[in-house]
Amino acid sequence: MLTLSHFNAALLFSTFASVVFGITQRDTPREQVRYGLYCFAMFMGGLLVAGWVMWALRH
Amino acid sequence: MVSSPAGKDTIAAKQPATPIATTMSVVAPAVAWLIPGAGHLIQKRWIRGLLLMASVVTMFVLGLLMDGRVYRPNGGDILDILGFIGDLGAGGMYIVSRAMDLGHVVVAHATADYGTKFIIVAGLLNFIAVADAYHIAIGKKP
Repeated sequence: MLTLSHFNAALLFSTFASVVFGITQRDTPREQVRYGLYCFAMFMGGLLVAGWVMWALRH
Repeated sequence: MVSSPAGKDTIAAKQPATPIATTMSVVAPAVAWLIPGAGHLIQKRWIRGLLLMASVVTMFVLGLLMDGRVYRPNGGDILDILGFIGDLGAGGMYIVSRAMDLGHVVVAHATADYGTKFIIVAGLLNFIAVADAYHIAIGKKP
């Protein structure tokens, strides 16, 4: 069985979801790359913010 | 702001008022559902098709490797029904995994839960790819 940490699983999830969002939600290759990177940044940013919020609630 | 008539003409020329129903507009979504990314490949969108295929297939396989659960048709809990609908989006991979009895597990640890979500999201992402293949087929998207 493949065992991934929560962070690694979220990293892979963000990568693949961003690729699909970028390709399907924009028309030109340049816009697709930009939107894919934007989605990836939002996923990872949200992940880090949520992590720190949970840490703050716990302490 | 008033848009110029010339601008309207340009937009009208780019996007037909009614979708053009062609054989491709039926075949592309069907093939895209069955084989992720194939709807783009048969329309000669090679890079997009390969990237979609790699993303959806890898997510689904990773989900199975993480001991994720593949939902069966069910009429029970609403989350189980939604899980089945999500899984169904993976098309051919869902059919194969069911035929091989993969993902028939009890989710007993965190990694398996991540795996279950990976499988569902792979299916949902493929639904988006199917819609995109259709939009390309009717000329709504380049």
